[in-house]
Amino acid sequence: MTTLTTEATNVPKAPLWTRLPVVHQLRQSIGLQRGMLVVGLIITGVFILTAIFAPLLAPYGYSQLRGDNGLFGAQQAPSGEHLLGTTVGGYDVLSRVIWGSQTAITVMVVAVLLSIFAGVALGLVSGYFGGWLDRVLVVICDAVYAFPALLLAIVMGIVISGGRSDLFGGILAAAISITVVFIPQYFRVIRAETVRIKAEAYVESARVLGASNGRIMFRHVLRNATRTLPLIFTLNASEALLTLAGLGFIGFGIEPSSAAEWGYDLNKSLSDVSSGIWWTSLFPGLAIVLVVLGITLVGESLNDLADPRLRSRRAPGKTAVAPITPAEIRDPAGRIDPSGIYGSLSTPRVRSDGLESTS
Amino acid sequence: MTDVVRIDNLNVTFATDGGAVKAVDGVSLRVAPGEVLAIVGESGSGKTVTAKTILGLLPETAIARGAVILSSKDGSNSNDVLAVSKQKLRQLRGTDVSMVFQEPSTALNPVFTVGWQIAEGIRSHGEFTRKQARAKAIEILGRVGIPDPESRVDYYPHQFSGGQKQRVVIAMALVLDPGLIVADEPTTALDVTVQAEILDLLRRCRDEFGTAIVLITHNMGVVADLADRVVVMYEGKIVEEALAQELFSNPQHDYTKRLLGSVPHVGHGTTRASARLAAREPDWVDQAPVVVADHLEIQYPGRLGKPGFTAVDGVSFVIRSGEVLGLVGESGSGKTTIGRAMGGLTRVTGGSLTVHGHEMNGFKERAFKKVRSDIGFVFQDPASSFNPLLTIAECVAEPLVVHGRAANPRAARKRVNELLEAVQLPRTFGDRYPHELSGGQRQRASLARALALEPSLLIADEPTSALDVSVQAKVLELFAEIQAEFGFAALFISHDLAVVDILADRIAVLYKGKLVEEGTGAEVLGAPKDPYTQRLLASLPVPDPAAQALRRGELLLLRAAG
Repeated sequence: MTTLTTEATNVPKAPLWTRLPVVHQLRQSIGLQRGMLVVGLIITGVFILTAIFAPLLAPYGYSQLRGDNGLFGAQQAPSGEHLLGTTVGGYDVLSRVIWGSQTAITVMVVAVLLSIFAGVALGLVSGYFGGWLDRVLVVICDAVYAFPALLLAIVMGIVISGGRSDLFGGILAAAISITVVFIPQYFRVIRAETVRIKAEAYVESARVLGASNGRIMFRHVLRNATRTLPLIFTLNASEALLTLAGLGFIGFGIEPSSAAEWGYDLNKSLSDVSSGIWWTSLFPGLAIVLVVLGITLVGESLNDLADPRLRSRRAPGKTAVAPITPAEIRDPAGRIDPSGIYGSLSTPRVRSDGLESTS
Repeated sequence: MTDVVRIDNLNVTFATDGGAVKAVDGVSLRVAPGEVLAIVGESGSGKTVTAKTILGLLPETAIARGAVILSSKDGSNSNDVLAVSKQKLRQLRGTDVSMVFQEPSTALNPVFTVGWQIAEGIRSHGEFTRKQARAKAIEILGRVGIPDPESRVDYYPHQFSGGQKQRVVIAMALVLDPGLIVADEPTTALDVTVQAEILDLLRRCRDEFGTAIVLITHNMGVVADLADRVVVMYEGKIVEEALAQELFSNPQHDYTKRLLGSVPHVGHGTTRASARLAAREPDWVDQAPVVVADHLEIQYPGRLGKPGFTAVDGVSFVIRSGEVLGLVGESGSGKTTIGRAMGGLTRVTGGSLTVHGHEMNGFKERAFKKVRSDIGFVFQDPASSFNPLLTIAECVAEPLVVHGRAANPRAARKRVNELLEAVQLPRTFGDRYPHELSGGQRQRASLARALALEPSLLIADEPTSALDVSVQAKVLELFAEIQAEFGFAALFISHDLAVVDILADRIAVLYKGKLVEEGTGAEVLGAPKDPYTQRLLASLPVPDPAAQALRRGELLLLRAAG
């Protein structure tokens, strides 16, 4: 591996679309890991499409009680008119399940958006500058960890909408309570990465050059610190959905006239279970399970694929033996980045510390 | 007698993201009892993979084909490591073959005493009581030269120094009296003076225990010191195999010649340095120096209530314009700290350090920023000195942008191309990302970045210690050329006397934060006055078995005297 021989070989760059996150991982994966990722992506994709096209897909409105032939009637068994039956309140179950995906996705987006910017900014500043600010923020975040999200959500619901559960209040209550719990997570991850990156030679080199703190933070630290975000992003999205469903289930959910919400429907179907009416509880419950499963599968497989030790590879066959690339076999059993998501740039990095996975 | 290990036509293939990669290609070799076989080669040549195969330590992503026949010390039974069951393999490890790792501080478990760790190995291989195992551990610790083994057996790894830790690791390898020890770069992580001691110990392993050793190293001096026979590997294949004496005196293969030719020798640079001194103007000495350190003291703050750690203690030196000062010392001697202080990365706590007339003791970042454009810095680790998300061109343009010489990286591209050509990199490399370059190429790019503002002072902190020998030779050559062309003053930090000798006009030797000797290369290397410098010089193994044997004798005398 002399300098001359490697200089001669010109590595062609992969097309842009294959280097995008998720697409890159999908191409990289094989076997069971690929299966997990594909299943997760399909479920998540169906969920997102359902949310977008809910008005077209749903046979009825989410608060519709009567059709052309008068009232739907309560607790009707699945039939040609109501594919999944009707609820105790007389709504069409299929329509409620489909419309519910819209509410779910809104909560996820709002919760993640609210928390990600604050968490990342705080983590960056805290990790980069250190000192008393860092210590105070870490203590606050530790304290927030001890706070039950559901309790916070209830309080928020009361504060925002005075306990009345309209669409806006319900979504915001769930989103804000999740935000408060999530900010520390983003904070922690970004802070740990920042502290690590701060000691890297390229940051020192920028300091030797006389680059300003702002320039170092945003040009050199931030972009390298965000590798793990896609993973937390997926985990938090599923947690957001669970909190919303939990709120609905204990009776602080969104009124059926404002929006469809799976947790609320589950709550109302409690009494049906014992009387043999299975369709009212099964389908909203299934929707929650599937969506959480799908998103978690995506997150988990992204995490596995990001870790070279967990990633499975094609077994070396007799054909297609590539010439030796020293960098990759330099340290076969060595210490390799345990947590980072490489994102679009799969840099073969060796990391000495063990930042723990946040899952 | 039968060979302790015989490798026949070994092929090892790794599954990687980029498809299958052949690491070892048709390697056959044998090791006789009591023989030291050195496997040399650059990183990626497959030497470590070959050695790990002997212990069956390949990761799951690897597939090995061929045969590795391992015999026990008395020759009573042989096994093919690649074919035996996992259980059998566990029995073989430790009794027939054992391993000494590169980094002693990670090879030992920090939460158990060394005695426990040695006993663990003994007890997993036979019917020993706790007491017997402990007695055996004490005995073996004594034999590898740990003083007072009865009490030190209960010490934890952190209570030993680096060299002693490596002794403990060797003790663990020896305790079951295996016929073969695989030593993977056993001295790379150690200082030169400690390295000499460990090499002595390994020699004793062979002589007293009759153990054969497979020594993996990239250091030709170590090979000359210890090996009986040498195998040279290149790109997964064996290119040459010869007795050590023969290989050094009469290398056959081109690659071996190149490898031996690029090993730096002490004493080669002194003529160049004196020629340069003669060429300087007569009033050069009277010109204002670039860097003046006067009783420089740097202290790292201690924990609450404890005194701080003094890394640099009363060091005085001068770097004049256009002069290269080589700073040599072991790890922990404070050499890197001095370099970092000159670059404004570490605070000076006492004495005075002036860089370009700017006092560094109590400096303000704002006032120092102007001076920074006149300082270049090359870091040790080429892997981490570039932002992985920026292209090489963007990284090299960074100093130009920060100091307002260019509006953005694109505007600086013309200058960046000039710089890349100055360090002998093709301009197209500017569009690549750092991980797409090899270590040597990255270090060139790092040099280009340091030179971007045409500084009159360059600080190079071990710029070649992470590189292979042949790459190191090229980078050093380039450094010398560029220094002659640009004429900057430089502080060249290294732990390797031979490397410093190639470049430096003057050499300063640091020992435990104090400057023990300073002078021209001829003075320091030719007639060292300080006992530490003498020991350092004598410990440096030379790539010539006959000369090294003589030097070993000298070192022994020196150690006995000191």
